Amino acid sequence: MDPVFLSRLQFAAATMFHFLFVPLTLGLSVLVAYMETRYARTGDETYMRMTKFWGKMFLINFALGVVTGITLEFQFGTNWSRYSAFVGDIFGSLLAVEATVAFFLESTLIGVWIFGWKKLSAKAHAAVMWLVAGASNVSALWILIANGWMQHPVGYVMRNGRAELGDFAAVVFNQFAILEFLHTVPAAFILGSFFVMGISAYHLLKKQQVEFFTRSFRIALVLGLVSSIWVAVEGDQHAVHVTKVQPAKLAAMESHWETSKAAPIILFAVPDEKNERNAIEIGKLPGLLSFLGYHDFNAEVKGLKDFPPKDRPPVLLTFLSFRTMVALGTLFPLLTLIGLFLRNQLVQNRWYLMIMVAAIPLPYIAMEAGWVLAEVGRQPWIVYGLMRTADAASPVAGSQVISTLIAFILVYGLLGLMGFFLIAKFALKGPEPVVETLPRRR
Amino acid sequence: MILQSIWFFLWGLLWAIFFITDGFDLGIGTLYPFLGKSDHDKRVMIHAMGPLWDGNEVWLITAGGVTFAAFPLVYAVMFSSLYTALMLILFALILRGVSFEFRGKVDHPAWRKLWDTCIFIGSFAPALLFGVAFANIFQGLPLNNEHLFQGNLFTLLNPYGLLGGVLFVLFFLVHGALWLAIRSQGALHDRAVAVAGPLWFVLLLIAVAFLAYSAVATNLYANFLAHPYLFVIILLAVAGLLGIKHFLVKQQYFKAWFASALAIVGATFFGIVGLFPNMLPSNINAEYSLTAHNASSSPLTLKIMLIVVLLFIPVVLAYQIWAYHMFRTKVTEEDLALEEAY
Repeated sequence: MDPVFLSRLQFAAATMFHFLFVPLTLGLSVLVAYMETRYARTGDETYMRMTKFWGKMFLINFALGVVTGITLEFQFGTNWSRYSAFVGDIFGSLLAVEATVAFFLESTLIGVWIFGWKKLSAKAHAAVMWLVAGASNVSALWILIANGWMQHPVGYVMRNGRAELGDFAAVVFNQFAILEFLHTVPAAFILGSFFVMGISAYHLLKKQQVEFFTRSFRIALVLGLVSSIWVAVEGDQHAVHVTKVQPAKLAAMESHWETSKAAPIILFAVPDEKNERNAIEIGKLPGLLSFLGYHDFNAEVKGLKDFPPKDRPPVLLTFLSFRTMVALGTLFPLLTLIGLFLRNQLVQNRWYLMIMVAAIPLPYIAMEAGWVLAEVGRQPWIVYGLMRTADAASPVAGSQVISTLIAFILVYGLLGLMGFFLIAKFALKGPEPVVETLPRRR
Repeated sequence: MILQSIWFFLWGLLWAIFFITDGFDLGIGTLYPFLGKSDHDKRVMIHAMGPLWDGNEVWLITAGGVTFAAFPLVYAVMFSSLYTALMLILFALILRGVSFEFRGKVDHPAWRKLWDTCIFIGSFAPALLFGVAFANIFQGLPLNNEHLFQGNLFTLLNPYGLLGGVLFVLFFLVHGALWLAIRSQGALHDRAVAVAGPLWFVLLLIAVAFLAYSAVATNLYANFLAHPYLFVIILLAVAGLLGIKHFLVKQQYFKAWFASALAIVGATFFGIVGLFPNMLPSNINAEYSLTAHNASSSPLTLKIMLIVVLLFIPVVLAYQIWAYHMFRTKVTEEDLALEEAY
């Protein structure tokens, strides 16, 4: 089989699996840090029990996030060596900065947090969690700067047959990367807060530990509400920028074939890539695509036919992932707004609690869809406009790639099952009644 | 060019720090089935490295990241050439990392047994394979004129490569036994001390064999013979090795651990200095080798990364030393009672 295709599958499997855990790490770390700070400030033991209860699930998830991240750091070299040689000057340095500036801090301090309950004051211990949360989010920033450069390369010069660094500041302040960061991290906060709200809702439905879970729910609700509104508003800006720098991606997002003014969004469509049209189109909303891309209902939007077939991304996958992300992204502010009105009668509104339990997986799906959109929509380029994915793979044998691909799927599949089983186990069990190991309070 | 040379030695230094930090927990993980006679002992062993292993492993990430940033071509060729070996290391580290977190979360002997096995394999395999990989780099890889690797995993499993693997495993075993002696008490502590002595002796023999074999199998001594004052590096490694035994006999385990760290740094730099300026020497034709000069990033990247590293690595060292200082104490029953802990 084709090693390039196999390597793409392998990278997709490894990244998407890693991305099952990263968002919860980003979101839940902030919530746990807040809970622990409340404990350190007030001495209210419920906050400590919250810290311990949500912290335990956080740690299982964190471990899976860390180990799956290690692989990614090396996969560029193992499977994408031509890419690595071509972009290492820029891309490699961003990964190195990420490790030095952020990953060290979170990995060292997570050990201090787990084992340091008796060795630190309550305030210092809570501060350690804030540093873990902060470092995790800074880590995400550098990774997204690296990805942002693949999406929209800036600050480089072509020299010695490769992309060399021209302007470091331009790379770091790449608008694409900043927009990506401001989209992805708050989306991870949505995921973290829906996780806490959903598990709390489960226990509230069973009328267990009502006070504990009502408070947990409300803490998460605030973060969920603010970040879901933010993500929707920011996502709009992001789409405008994508239109400008990746017009083929925008066209594929809406399966828009013919260049036209007042381009519509189609509520339901089935793209037919072979015949360069949509097999079925139901419910055209005229002008909306123009508005999405240019904030102008009459603007001209380039259609896919204006791009040579070899420069088009896979339409169906791009189209579906965009739909999924947007549909879910619209749902999250609605659900949290309802929560805002019901916040004082959660237990009485069982229908809402049931919806929130069922909503736990939705942000996961939305985030994975967003990631697929970003990466698949960038094809056929590995670095947009600069290097094609087909030219980027390592000169390794297909047999090597397929055997590691199978190993990845087996090992990751098993670990993922066990990880989610453990998280579910502790989530259903509920908080421990008494806290035996309180940190010192000063 | 001076920047490239600075980066070459920084690259070596990062690997050396990775070996002295993660080395002891890979060592404890390898000793784990042999010294952990009871579940209690096993938990003490996990606690001895528990707070530190994750931060230690980031030195590997950083060494990898810096290779990518400063020597992209080395990164590309090294990891695609050593594809299978590196994948085995990664899978081992993945299983090991989750083992610590998962092991205590379900109260069933078969569950614990599964993760106990993963801790052992996940520690032993990387220790061995890092040794095999670096020894092969020391003696040169079959790289052709396009820097393409003309071999497979079995090419690496030659006598010198395997000797390097055994050497690394022994270094880490001694290093781990000493750290365990520092952090444990009672029978487990005594067992750790009891194995450290014989392991040290075998390490000494293998180290001497490796130094001798290197003269035959590699070109590492050329730089030393050209600049004889460099032999001080080998002397430091030897001093570290002898220091281990000296302090072990005096029951000064911290000092013995530092001596072991010195030996590991010395051994790493024996290879690094010997390689210079080669990073991946080709044993087909020396002209096909990747060196600090023909595989580096642009001067601007090297400069910016140097600033980043000089600013942040001291900070990293500061908080890691703080963490080591916090967790240098004997693991107590109170520590084991922490519910989050492993």
